[in-house]
Amino acid sequence: MPLSPKLSADQLEANLADIAPRYTEQQASVESSRCLFCFDAPCITACPTGIDIPAFIKKIMTGNVTGAARTILSANILGASCARVCPTEVLCEGACVLLDRDSDPIKIGRLQRYATDHVYENEIQVLRAATKKSGKRVAVIGGGPAGLGCAAEVAQLGHDVVIFERKPNAGGLNTYGIAYYKMKPEISLEEVELVKSLGVEFRCGVEVGRDVTRADLDGFDAIFIGIGLGDGQRLRIPGEELPEVVEALDFIEQIHTEPLHRVPVGARVAVLGCGNTAIDAATQARRLGAAEVVVIYRRGERDMSAYAFEYDLAKQDGASFLFHHAPVEVLGHDGHVTGLRLVQTRFNASGALEQIGGSEFTEPFDMVIKAVGQQKQSDWLAQLFPELEMNRNGTMKRDFDTGQTSLRKVYAGGDCANGGREVVNAVGEGKKAARGIHRFFGETEAIGPIQPSRWGVAPGPYGSGFDAPIRVPDLEAKYEQLSPASHPAPATSALTSMNQE
Amino acid sequence: MADLSTDFAGIKSPNPFWIASGPPANTAYQAHRAFEAGWGGVVWKTIGDPIRNVSSRYSSIDYGNMRMVGLNNIELISDRSPETNFREIAEVKKRWPNHAVIASLMVDTRENWHDFVRRSADCGADGIELNFGCPHGMCERGMGSAVGQNPDVAATIIGWVMEAATIPVIAKLTPNITDITAAARAAKRSGANAISLINTINSITQVNLDNFVPEPFVGGLSSHGGYCGPAVKPIALNMVQSCASDPEVRLPISGIGGITTWRDAAEFVALGATTVQVCTAVMHYGFRIVEDMIDGLNDYLDGKGFENLDELRGRAVDTVRKWETLDLNYKRIAEIDYGKCIGCNLCYIACEDGAHQAIALVDPAGYGLGPGRVPNKPVPEIKEEECVGCNLCSLVCPVHDCITMVSVENGLERLAWADYQTRLAAGDATAFAPHP
Ligand SMILES: Cc1cc2nc3c(=O)[nH]c(=O)nc-3n(C[C@H](O)[C@H](O)[C@H](O)COP(=O)(O)OP(=O)(O)OC[C@H]3O[C@@H](n4cnc5c(N)ncnc54)[C@H](O)[C@@H]3O)c2cc1C
Ligand SMILES: Cc1cc2nc3c(=O)[nH]c(=O)nc-3n(C[C@H](O)[C@H](O)[C@H](O)COP(=O)(O)O)c2cc1C
Ligand code: SF4
Ligand code: SF4
Ligand code: SF4
Repeated sequence: MPLSPKLSADQLEANLADIAPRYTEQQASVESSRCLFCFDAPCITACPTGIDIPAFIKKIMTGNVTGAARTILSANILGASCARVCPTEVLCEGACVLLDRDSDPIKIGRLQRYATDHVYENEIQVLRAATKKSGKRVAVIGGGPAGLGCAAEVAQLGHDVVIFERKPNAGGLNTYGIAYYKMKPEISLEEVELVKSLGVEFRCGVEVGRDVTRADLDGFDAIFIGIGLGDGQRLRIPGEELPEVVEALDFIEQIHTEPLHRVPVGARVAVLGCGNTAIDAATQARRLGAAEVVVIYRRGERDMSAYAFEYDLAKQDGASFLFHHAPVEVLGHDGHVTGLRLVQTRFNASGALEQIGGSEFTEPFDMVIKAVGQQKQSDWLAQLFPELEMNRNGTMKRDFDTGQTSLRKVYAGGDCANGGREVVNAVGEGKKAARGIHRFFGETEAIGPIQPSRWGVAPGPYGSGFDAPIRVPDLEAKYEQLSPASHPAPATSALTSMNQE
Repeated sequence: MADLSTDFAGIKSPNPFWIASGPPANTAYQAHRAFEAGWGGVVWKTIGDPIRNVSSRYSSIDYGNMRMVGLNNIELISDRSPETNFREIAEVKKRWPNHAVIASLMVDTRENWHDFVRRSADCGADGIELNFGCPHGMCERGMGSAVGQNPDVAATIIGWVMEAATIPVIAKLTPNITDITAAARAAKRSGANAISLINTINSITQVNLDNFVPEPFVGGLSSHGGYCGPAVKPIALNMVQSCASDPEVRLPISGIGGITTWRDAAEFVALGATTVQVCTAVMHYGFRIVEDMIDGLNDYLDGKGFENLDELRGRAVDTVRKWETLDLNYKRIAEIDYGKCIGCNLCYIACEDGAHQAIALVDPAGYGLGPGRVPNKPVPEIKEEECVGCNLCSLVCPVHDCITMVSVENGLERLAWADYQTRLAAGDATAFAPHP
């Protein structure tokens, strides 16, 4: 049977409403006053964009909500979407010291949303377009989080930027791929407007490689590649071409581009794969009205790459999980999906995954959602930048701190460079690349926003276990000058803060 | 069970917890409720020539999630007639013969004082409290703190009161004075049987930044209000101790100011108070809070093996001395319990920017930190040589008992500043080198 929408518009609106609604003023006040206002807080270190979290939370507490948003957006241009989509449990909130004291970290994401919503809703401009222009031009390929992060920073540093984006709207997966109950696409589009307001030029509906050539690109002083990942991996099993076998990304994109009550979904849905995308697909299928959703995974529960809290959410939403099973065929009748032939799997003695002979059986399904990973954009890269040096896993070789590739003027960041992580990583890498480009242009070290809660903190080697924090080199340098030479060096180790130097 | 009953200058009550003169002690209805809840005494809302109050009347400061850390008010004395008040006191006394009911008074002339003092005794009140403290409204009419701030005037009025008094008289002191003992000595001199302190402190709690009128807002204007609640406890304790340790005072003390818990009460008693009075905490939470006060104080006394409050009373009075008698050679330093440290670095930044640069951030290797810690974040380490033992880090540390201050044995003999001066003068000591 062809797929059809299952629920009324009202029901869908309710089912897909914000899972973490905006705090009221009262809630924000209570939550913000719980924050200890740590110095060089671990939550900052754990944020790939290095937002001065205690500083913005303190500002919320004092009622300086606009200032809070300024702190956030000057470190992370996509602060509003990150507030909604970040897996905070493994980032800032996972590092909050309160976990160790009373197991209840500050809800940093919710507070961040409270502050950024305030400036978007009241149309308060907290960032300013650069007034001094260098005349240098940067091409940004891809208008997703990485491209936006790079372009916003480059523009604020005084260079001209053009973003080339294949889709009609920029924002990348933020506009088309995030679970609808986490964030509505309008938020992403508002962020695109913010980037535009900084003087960034957008050319949407333009595919680089097709509409824009390498020669065009070479006319720019620097290039940033932020094209994300490619199409979904194929299953390579019979029946894959049936119409009810859909890509998770396409299914989710439909939720973002069509009215909810027109989005078709199956009654009994199989989701293949067990990463965060699979979970998102399963949860949204349930919320769209699928009576039953089964997530099928080749490996075991412990092997899945989905975060624990995402897994919990899918289970809460009534999705069920079938581990150690793999599809061998999509069954069809009259050109429509009727089920899956599955086989049991196990790890053999040498740890390899194998199918168990004779364990095959069939299960009825009317929709199959594929979420078994996305391909790297290796072909595109090879075609446009054949001289780029690549890693064996299909990502570009690049400098960790600047995103510079083996080509001096080509920088990269986001999913296409890191192999696929989170929105905030993409923004952070875009921002680092922008600073790298700024230095490449012969400018002085880029100066980040002042971070009062890290004032004077020493540079590494405090690796954070997550991404290294975005530092504030100019302040550090200034501090070094201020630091009295007479202050004796501590006997302990070179690791001591520079304050003691 | 320890014995909580008290005898305060002859006024008996089943426990030391009294309702202070204020809104919770306004009516017989409230007094009944207070006694039912377990309070030992009620100091009636100050009786005098009935006044007319303004609207609004209170304002407060919040701190973080805590509401009303400090409260201020511009209310005056009772707005009910003396007849009503005395009649209700008689009713209450009849129903609660073993509880203390104190008439708080504030009038002007000698004749009026005589009259009110007699009526208080006639209605059966156990004692009289003289309100010399109210810092607003009444002082402009030559009463309240206008009296309390001038010990000679206060002494004169107490003298008038004592001429007519047949029941114990308590002088309630205002803290809006440079030396509280001057007021306490005046009370003693003129024959008062006891003192109570503190009344409220002159204050403005907050300014509305839109209309530029401080709160409480009264038709576009505001006024100086009296400050009370948890924020004033340290000031009250200081004044109670000053009076308790003054050999020229030696009067029973009813401690007032910010008392909210049994612990607060125990501290007042340890610094010399016989009873304690509570206003703001009841205004915040109601009479029910006394249950924890009684319970907690009882358990505390039992735990210490004290049979009654007399065993606790005044225990801490004598440990508060002049600075010049403190040992300059005593040393304490901070010690961090790394099993508890959560890595907020508040101790570090407090010491670095706000104290003595005696904490380093060092390689965390070997410190075994808790699960939430970001790997490789540096940890605070006390530089023992630099630590002056100021306590600051232990005060800012958000984890209980994580930073403790430990005494260090330095082999130096006790040396108080006063002795040091004597020795220096005698050429017996060399001067300390100034801190680098
Ligand atoms: C289903 C799903 C759910 C996710 N949920 C979350 C989540 O909840 N939280 C989270 O933090 N992360 C989530 N992620 C990951 C996150 O979306 C990505 O890490 C992030 O979007 C990466 O940003 P990017 O800019 O590198 O890539 P993208 O967002 O993919 O953006 C790349 C952009 O480049 C454009 N482009 C590509 N090729 C060309 C070309 N040749 N010419 C011009 N333009 C081009 C694309 O159209 C796209 O707009 C999710 C990912 C998926 C797939
Ligand atoms: C609204 C209000 C009215 C008060 N009225 C009186 C009063 O009439 N007579 C008096 O002696 N003290 C009065 N006080 C002072 C209290 O009795 C008490 O001394 C002071 O509030 C400190 O105690 P607390 O911190 O427990 O509130 C009043 C206090 C408040 C808050
Ligand atoms: S670690 Fe937690 S408590 Fe500390 S600053 Fe960050 S959010 Fe606040
Ligand atoms: S006690 Fe004072 S000097 Fe010593 S470490 Fe703590 S804050 Fe620094
Ligand atoms: S203040 Fe306490 S918890 Fe915070 S870093 Fe210092 S010792 Fe650790």
